[in-house]
Amino acid sequence: MTLAIELTEAQAAIKDAVEKICAKYDDRYWAHTDETGEFPEPFVADMAAGGWLGVAMPEEVGGAGLGLTEAALMMQVVAASGAGFSGASAIHLNIFGLMPIVKFGTVEQKKRFLPPVISGADKACFAVTEPNSGLDTASLETRAERTNSGYVITGRKIWTTNAQRASKMLIIARTTPKDQAKKPTDGLSLFYTNFNRTRIEANPIPKMGRKAVECNTLFIDGLEVPKEDLIGEEGKGFQILLTGLNPERTLIGAEAVGLGRAALARAAQYSQERVVFGRPIGQNQGVAHPLAKAWAELEAADLVCFKAAALYDAGKESGAYANAAKYLGGEAGFNACEAAVMAHGGMGYAKEYFVERYFREAMIARLVPVSREMILNYIAERVLGLPKSY
Amino acid sequence: MKVLVPVKRVLDYNLKVRVKADGTGVDLSNLKMSMNPFDEIAVEEAVRMKEGGGGHPAGTATEVVAISIGPEQAQETIRTALAMGADRGILVKAEGEVEPLAVAKLLKAIVDAEQPGLVILGKQAIDDDSNQVGQMLAALLDWPQATFASKIVVAGGKINVTREIDGGLQTLSLETPAIVTTDLRLNEPRYASLPNIMKAKKKPIDAKTPADLGVDVAPRLTVVKVADPPKRQGGAKVKTVQDLVAGLKAAGVI
Repeated sequence: MTLAIELTEAQAAIKDAVEKICAKYDDRYWAHTDETGEFPEPFVADMAAGGWLGVAMPEEVGGAGLGLTEAALMMQVVAASGAGFSGASAIHLNIFGLMPIVKFGTVEQKKRFLPPVISGADKACFAVTEPNSGLDTASLETRAERTNSGYVITGRKIWTTNAQRASKMLIIARTTPKDQAKKPTDGLSLFYTNFNRTRIEANPIPKMGRKAVECNTLFIDGLEVPKEDLIGEEGKGFQILLTGLNPERTLIGAEAVGLGRAALARAAQYSQERVVFGRPIGQNQGVAHPLAKAWAELEAADLVCFKAAALYDAGKESGAYANAAKYLGGEAGFNACEAAVMAHGGMGYAKEYFVERYFREAMIARLVPVSREMILNYIAERVLGLPKSY
Repeated sequence: MKVLVPVKRVLDYNLKVRVKADGTGVDLSNLKMSMNPFDEIAVEEAVRMKEGGGGHPAGTATEVVAISIGPEQAQETIRTALAMGADRGILVKAEGEVEPLAVAKLLKAIVDAEQPGLVILGKQAIDDDSNQVGQMLAALLDWPQATFASKIVVAGGKINVTREIDGGLQTLSLETPAIVTTDLRLNEPRYASLPNIMKAKKKPIDAKTPADLGVDVAPRLTVVKVADPPKRQGGAKVKTVQDLVAGLKAAGVI
């Protein structure tokens, strides 16, 4: 594996084409969706029409068969356009969320499930986290009871993004009680099934930012799932889910870097234009240096993101780098957004200048899909060989 | 009918142009280069002629060939045309400035070899705004030409072209083979889709040199100086309409 510093011709074409789509949706558009909570349907429809939702899907089901590198590049361009997480999260799940089906689904399942997701006809959501089990996935309480024709799922989920619009759901549930399973992480199973609203109640969670892409609590009461919708082997859901974690962390890191770049571009522009005491404020080192530092941090995080992606694409262990990518991307993105708000002075607090939205969205990558502390735990244990603390 | 579309690699139209400190030209280092927007319109029209759309039945064009003249990287511009739907590319590798007449001569040599029914060009490139190549190529080939097209209709072996001219629209009917140059309102170019970007990677691009085509591209013109436009002077605020009228009278504009 070599880490490419320059984009290949195809990667440059991808960046260019995605930039062109994003150019149709400016900061005013995203400010509007953030104010109203309107889902960015036209943006997602444009991305679907251009085949972008299938960037990392296999060619045999109508995807482009590209790697995590291209997917991360594309998502970063979306975020950096000013769409931030309002744009990135609207399509994020389509990109790598269904890797469990790609890797563990049967040929029939791939044919049935993946093409509608690539075309945008099916909208998927992810039901993993539960109110009583966050990162401790092995303790989740949602049950899938076996019946003659399949399973019946009952339980609660939280932070399910897109559930208001979803037609499909990837859900993990316990098929063998924890005390009867060989290991706590055994006995969980993964399903990809219809989002049947007569059996699922989804309530949006009022939250700090990214109002356009809602997150929900789910109450699932007796959801019947045919056995054809079980992904992979029964009881191996946790292990299957793990295969998607590294790409997801890498993507979030790259998206956060993109968001930071959007903020930094705005701050640099404002610092040139805003004149105080007879000169642009950017001429003052007190304003300029935090922005320059943010740039350097973003570039460093970016390199780790694309190193993680390159490792993954080469089929090598990418865990440490994927975790570091999400950690560094989240921090650098947040710092850049904060520096951008500060550079705007009081105007940074006004919605008119857009950076306050970036700042609120920058918290997302620090919190999900895994906390900073769990990342540091991972690196301490796996890279440095230190004893496990929890 | 085979359609040739020359495409030029220019500074991206979104970027702010910076004049080099020594006044010899425009600074292109590390800046994004893209296809000339008028050429994008030309590619779009040719691809619609092939695929159907924009009033053209599918198959109006049987093959669309994109040509670029420039450095190795001009291949990326051809690849953009291929991702939009052109079938194959021809790259004429030439470093440095290639002036409109040399471009027209190179294109003539390619036209002689390819024998297209139509060449669609952008009316001008946004870098030097010469607006000469289409006209020169028509003259060298002794083909009919219609410049600044806002509509193209191919019917009964003729090409009817609507042109935007001062005070209205003019429609010309050309015998094929012909030269058409595009204006801004001819169409709205598509975005390349991901599947088409992937397909474009596999489409062939032939590489040639001016020597292969027997054309001397040595410059005949010398750029004396390139300068920024004069900086805009700040305006003035007036308190009353009377002041405004008096000011305009003093400036001699009313």
